[in-house]
Amino acid sequence: MLAKRIIPCLDVNAGRVVKGVNFVALRDAGDPVEIAKRYDDQGADEITFLDITASSDDRDIILHIVEACAEQVFIPLTVGGGVRKVEDVRRLLNAGADKVSMNTAAVQNPQLVADASARVGSQCIVVAIDAKQTSPGKWEVFTHGGRKNAGIDAIAWAREVERLGAGEILLTSMDRDGTKAGFDLALTRAIADAVGIPVIASGGVGNLQHLADGVTDGRADAVLAASIFHYGEYTVRQAKEYMRDRGIEVRL
Amino acid sequence: MSTVVVVDYGMGNLRSVAKAIEHVAPEAAVRVSSDAAEIAAADRVVVPGQGAMPDCMRELAGRGLREAVVRAAAEKPFLGICVGLQMLFGHAEEGDVMGLEILPGRVPRFPEAAMKSADGSRLKVPHMGWNRVHQAEAHPLWQGIADDTRFYFVHSYYVEPRDPGLIAGSTHYGIPFTSAVARDNIFAVQFHPEKSAQAGLHLLGNFMRWNP
Repeated sequence: MLAKRIIPCLDVNAGRVVKGVNFVALRDAGDPVEIAKRYDDQGADEITFLDITASSDDRDIILHIVEACAEQVFIPLTVGGGVRKVEDVRRLLNAGADKVSMNTAAVQNPQLVADASARVGSQCIVVAIDAKQTSPGKWEVFTHGGRKNAGIDAIAWAREVERLGAGEILLTSMDRDGTKAGFDLALTRAIADAVGIPVIASGGVGNLQHLADGVTDGRADAVLAASIFHYGEYTVRQAKEYMRDRGIEVRL
Repeated sequence: MSTVVVVDYGMGNLRSVAKAIEHVAPEAAVRVSSDAAEIAAADRVVVPGQGAMPDCMRELAGRGLREAVVRAAAEKPFLGICVGLQMLFGHAEEGDVMGLEILPGRVPRFPEAAMKSADGSRLKVPHMGWNRVHQAEAHPLWQGIADDTRFYFVHSYYVEPRDPGLIAGSTHYGIPFTSAVARDNIFAVQFHPEKSAQAGLHLLGNFMRWNP
């Protein structure tokens, strides 16, 4: 049986790992390659780098980080942030990324998802959806790191990116991100049930029960977390053992 | 010094494959190449592959590498990965194209109707993530790797060999499917050993030591 995946996420700013709380206050948590390697050793199933570098001068730093990572870390690596063109996708894949995640650019130009998927294969294309609840049972897509409401229904957008050729959806609840209150399970489940491609749940993990809930109640194929791993509260291995003890299939 | 060529036909993340081999065989000369002569001269050949089968077949032919790959599969230690496995077979449902027809069989897509887990929930396609590989036979490439070890997969199509004797490993995802095949000097896998942590590195190390 296919294992549910646990994916530590590293927010990278100009080459250093940071973690935003509600995307505002940032704390430095170290060297991305070193941390990725540590997570690999702990049994992480994949690593995600989210490049939050604002300055365009520093944009290429992520390529060097990806190259260095690919030499030492032999699990799948997803990279997102600042991807605007098919060429950006190709450069990241050539540097050693396995999947590239796009968010704002996909909303602004859905054709990018189709073009990138046709060029490099849908298995390499992840569409990140930042969603916020706007009324009971309804979520809308936000862009620009959660600051702008795109005015699109999140479930409809998930179906649309699947149709365009996305191979996976990285779903973040903007209501929960940074709160440590757990995933928005209703949102996760609504999206996971709406599409035939894998869904990664993200946003709000504060403890191991939250990770398990994302899979059991949220029906996510994978769960992503940052701070609970970065600050040594739990290791990836502890998270997997916890999930295994609750009857969830994991790789140990 | 042993030379291994990772065949570059413009599809997929070759850097990871080359780096993983360098990691397990630091003494080997690892080249990523789209030069038929270099492939012919190599001691070992790895054919990775990602993306759509029709694109892979077109790129392989367009770069004049089809013949070199067929010859390598006939005469030296040969490792196929993902589409590098699928292209060894005949008809591929993806794009309705023919593979290299080195091994008898076809490449269908996961059937929608069978994509249900034991609890009735929907199984997603692509089959993406870590799944168990049951070793159908003892093989030098499995040496030191426990049966039913998990490897990393990402694919929507799978191989269906006509000769069950080709099956070296199988995996279950909605249906049982062939995840590794072996014949003489050929070993080919649906999963990505270069992305499968210690188990994958171990398999690549076995390949570098394999003398069929």
